[in-house]
Amino acid sequence: MKELTPGMMIAVFEEMFGMGLFWALVAGAVLVTLAFLFVVLRDRKLVASRLVRAELLAPIGAIAAILFVQFVTSSGFSDIGGPVDVIALILIGVAGAGGLTVLAYVLQGLLGNRAGKAS
Amino acid sequence: MTRQTDKLALDRRNFLKVFMAAGGAGALGSLASQARASAVQTKARIVILGAGAAGTALANRLVDRLSGASITIVDGRKQHLYQPGFTLIAAGLKPASYSVTSTTDWLPSGVTLVEEAAANIDPVSRKVTTASGKELEYDFLILATGLTLDYGQIEGMSMDLIGKNGIGSVYAGPDYAAMTYAEMSRFTEKGGVGLFSRPATEMKCAGAPLKYAFLTDDIARRKGNRGKLEMVYAAHNKALFSVPIVNEKLRMLFEDRGIEVRREHVMSAIDPGKKIATFQTPDGPKEIGYDFTNIIPPMRAPDVVLNSPLPWQDGPWVKQGWAEVDKHTLRHVRFPEVFAVGDIAGVPKGKTAASVKWQVPVVEDHLVAALSGKEGTASFDGYTSCPMITRIGRAMLIEFDYKDNLVPSFPGVIAPLEELWVSWLMKEVALKATYNAMLRGRA
Repeated sequence: MKELTPGMMIAVFEEMFGMGLFWALVAGAVLVTLAFLFVVLRDRKLVASRLVRAELLAPIGAIAAILFVQFVTSSGFSDIGGPVDVIALILIGVAGAGGLTVLAYVLQGLLGNRAGKAS
Repeated sequence: MTRQTDKLALDRRNFLKVFMAAGGAGALGSLASQARASAVQTKARIVILGAGAAGTALANRLVDRLSGASITIVDGRKQHLYQPGFTLIAAGLKPASYSVTSTTDWLPSGVTLVEEAAANIDPVSRKVTTASGKELEYDFLILATGLTLDYGQIEGMSMDLIGKNGIGSVYAGPDYAAMTYAEMSRFTEKGGVGLFSRPATEMKCAGAPLKYAFLTDDIARRKGNRGKLEMVYAAHNKALFSVPIVNEKLRMLFEDRGIEVRREHVMSAIDPGKKIATFQTPDGPKEIGYDFTNIIPPMRAPDVVLNSPLPWQDGPWVKQGWAEVDKHTLRHVRFPEVFAVGDIAGVPKGKTAASVKWQVPVVEDHLVAALSGKEGTASFDGYTSCPMITRIGRAMLIEFDYKDNLVPSFPGVIAPLEELWVSWLMKEVALKATYNAMLRGRA
């Protein structure tokens, strides 16, 4: 690849997911992030019990993300061929784990009790 | 040395950007609309022959760079074919429709599409005549015709044989690639001799014949039938690949996979009834029997270029008809108002879609500069990329230039000569998206 500008990356992602889905995903990610910030600022703290429950889902998010990538690319664990593959696998797992943890925390924060009544 | 270090650091930053973008592209969204260079005012008549990868990408970029120009693109084919997908179709991983879109899906408004083939080019009077006799005068002509698969040069071979009696041909098109998979699938069930080869002419994606040998080997192994197969790869010269360091790696991989190499074998005839292919070798004609073969035909310039004054007038490419252009500017050496981009360019490397991505900005630069009364500065260094699939799930991301140097996009991160899952991900996920973005002039 000759150059990797942000504009080009966005063009590639738009083609990868389709214009609508890509920006819907971006909007979704932004909304969840904003909701997370809202819940944390509202509660003025990270609620430990909520966070622990959310973190329990992290391994599921990690495994789901990895299996999803393998499913859409006709590949599996036996195709890991070098260190960069392990790094990529870990990054995909971390993204899945982090994403699901934040989402779970936000959902608990919005749908469950407020921090003061949480415990 | 310092420059190299800077480049390395920059590439690593770019690599990080990929993951940043993958994780939260929204953060980069505000940077999406980069200010484009202000459009050049011109009344120039620009004719582009071919609406494939090169012609379409260039048309999209020129529309943004020029104001007032008359841009005409000539192509009789209604379908746009994503050719890098043919290998995946022929491996049974994608349907034939994976590679097919409509030519008009990708063309910008402000460009006139003439939906017929070009029949004649007169570069002296600067005129193109179409198949129906329509005359198109130009100030600048872009050759983006692609090339012709010349099955007729193999005695006994014709396209209607593909998909029957063990004959496949991945290059012939998406439907033929699917038929090739059906034949390969039968072969990897029943066993026998698998014969793989490449022509002695210049060809598009010289890695594809090798990839298909690897894929056939892999699919047979997955079925537990590799023991029933004898795999033969007939190389047209002494090497498997023109880049020496890659050739050596491939020699090792073929040895590892048990693929026998016969060197200096050029297919000249085929007997589909007896399932025998004849090869010209330094020791005279030799026959090799097969149960399955992936025929890669000789390739040459389309008749419209071949029969014009534009091909090389001497040297090894006279019969093949590639346009005689400067290998760095892609500008015709005898007719400076003519450029060639993509497969038709008579340059030593670069008949891949990845090369088109690098060639298009070079032609754009020189053409726009010429219209502004200036000299262009961009230079094509022969960049060619080949995600060399070595099995389903792994590939080597091989990138090289005119000098046979490896020019990895991610030095120190993605090793070019290692069979990697990451390189496979790029082939299966990122390549088509990047190609499509290129068609739109955005990558």
